[in-house]
Amino acid sequence: MRKYLVTRILQNILTFFLFLTLVYILIDAQPGSYADQYLNDPRLTPDQRAILKSNLGLDRPVLERYFIWLGSALRGDFGISFSNFPRPVLDVIAERAPRTILLFLSATTLSYFIGFLAGKILAWKRGGWGEYVATVGGVGLYTIFLPWFALMMVWFWAYKLKLFPIGKFLNPVLWRNAPVDANYVFNRILVTLFISSVIIFIIFLYARRLDPARRMPVRIVGIGLVLFAALLYWINTGVAMYAADILHHTVLPILTLAVVNFAGTMLLTRNSMLETLREDYIMAARAKGLPDKVVRDKHASRNALLPVVTSFVLAVAFILDGGVITETTFSWPGMGLTLLGAALVEDIPMVIGALVFTGIIALTAHLVADLLYALLDPRIRYS
Amino acid sequence: MAEIASSPSPIAGLETPLWRVRLRLLKRGIRTNLALFSENPIGLVGVAIILFYFSFIIIHPILIKTVWDPVMYNPVTGYDIETPYHPAPPSATHLLGTDPLGRDVLSQLMWSTRSEFILGMVAALVTVIIATSIGALSAYYGGAIDTFFMRLADIVIMMPYITILIVMSALFDLTLPVLALILGLLGGLGGATIIIKSQALTIKVRTYIEAARVAGGGNGHIIWNHIIPNLLPLSFLYMMFAVNSAIASEAVLSFFGLLNIRMSWGLMIYTTSYSGYLLDFSKWWLIFPASVSISMLCAAFYLVGRALDEIVNPRLRKR
Repeated sequence: MRKYLVTRILQNILTFFLFLTLVYILIDAQPGSYADQYLNDPRLTPDQRAILKSNLGLDRPVLERYFIWLGSALRGDFGISFSNFPRPVLDVIAERAPRTILLFLSATTLSYFIGFLAGKILAWKRGGWGEYVATVGGVGLYTIFLPWFALMMVWFWAYKLKLFPIGKFLNPVLWRNAPVDANYVFNRILVTLFISSVIIFIIFLYARRLDPARRMPVRIVGIGLVLFAALLYWINTGVAMYAADILHHTVLPILTLAVVNFAGTMLLTRNSMLETLREDYIMAARAKGLPDKVVRDKHASRNALLPVVTSFVLAVAFILDGGVITETTFSWPGMGLTLLGAALVEDIPMVIGALVFTGIIALTAHLVADLLYALLDPRIRYS
Repeated sequence: MAEIASSPSPIAGLETPLWRVRLRLLKRGIRTNLALFSENPIGLVGVAIILFYFSFIIIHPILIKTVWDPVMYNPVTGYDIETPYHPAPPSATHLLGTDPLGRDVLSQLMWSTRSEFILGMVAALVTVIIATSIGALSAYYGGAIDTFFMRLADIVIMMPYITILIVMSALFDLTLPVLALILGLLGGLGGATIIIKSQALTIKVRTYIEAARVAGGGNGHIIWNHIIPNLLPLSFLYMMFAVNSAIASEAVLSFFGLLNIRMSWGLMIYTTSYSGYLLDFSKWWLIFPASVSISMLCAAFYLVGRALDEIVNPRLRKR
């Protein structure tokens, strides 16, 4: 296992370098260079232009520029954003990235969890109108034009029912006299969520060892306690009102992204379950007289999980794209909205910074999916 | 099907020329596959939707020639002077109403269909040509070529298309042909290659490849005449998914206003959003026709792809 881990991480680092190289090729392939909008100022004399060019390093050979760029990229120096003028790109990323990470993680977890459950049950109960509705609805959700779907979500939940705010990250009226800034609160939320989910995960692992009759109560009490502790902590900090405001604005984007991605997982789990159910060991488990629920949850769904985990690698790109679209339609200022805004005004340093950040998320998710797969499938672990 | 077609049948005898035998076998292959396909209602629904939208391409020029005034119904520069307010609701003159700039929505919808199909087809063709040739080559030769393209595919498969295209739109001028090429390139170097290559690997070890080599066939001959024909069904399947993703990507990018094109379904929604009618669902004709069309056409190609998947992968066939 350790050997596999090390090889996989080394491979990932290599892939990251390849990715950075491709990004550089992309920057260099554009006609002219992104400094041209300043260099082509007609008021500049040829001498001044040459000095500016050499200051920016544009007169050096391509290979040297590549290494300079690679060095600064590794140090996290992506230059200064044109559209947020005095702020460096990294500063903007540090502000917006946690939001996108939260959106990505929660939508992914939610959609995979519910999608897997739904797919499992669908495959188990074949036939009937339920299957028909689920397949058609699944394909519909999978191929729907996402901006339109997001708009309908806004229209229905925020405009008609008025349950959630229409877009944006927070309510400015509420925050006018706030003692802290939004990012401080947001990062606290992120940490709280992370710690609680780790504790809940440990409780679930622990509950698996108990006998089935006591499992459910232990889980429910455990989750209740964790949520209660988190609530208590937030009430004591005194900024709970602001946190609630941010969360209120976050629910709808997460829900939209999760619903769209849920369909793909559901369809895939269903197919994979149907194939697993044909295997001999399922027949054997049934012949032993095991209850249906045990055959479904222990024998079939564990094995059906493998292709679903593999599909996560492909889904990462889909979810990241979905994140950009969702953030834009909800004007929810994460990395996606930042990227689009920067692209519209040709703020190249910001665009490249956002691209590299997206690449890092994708690579990390890829690595996690691979490790999870190795954990689930002993054939990989021991080969 | 192509596999049978490329090897001469012993029953047909030597007196009939080879091409005739091939043609007959090809016909039979197509007939069996069509029968398999028509058993699948999902695939037929997909084909029906595609044909419906395809008919727009033919109907639009005819309508412009006969019923519609070419100046007023021009999808890009048209304007209806007689209607006092724009956007106007659906009426006898404008079956789907007009957009905020006074142009006929139905005319825009029909006119854009052609470019959607062209974009989808070009992107799919580029995807399949690249994926099939790289897949066949790297499966056949292995070694450095294989490693390089598979590592590259690992990166491309992870990268979100829309994000990359947003970045590219900041660096380059994205027109429809350029977009089709980029989408084809991304698709061809990514997921499709990996799957087509793994299929090519299973073909490479079949006995007829060895037989061809023993008979004195060169590498080029084996790849071109034996491996690639057997990959074509799978390639065709991936064309469907490539069309689907190309149309969806174009729609999203036009919706963001990042493409340099004259008219498309995504651009119709962009116009709506730009004029501030985005959440005004009482003016449904501004946003619903284009959005529904994008979703329906994508779903149609996806459904056809799934139906073909059941033919190409006998594993998935219902037994």
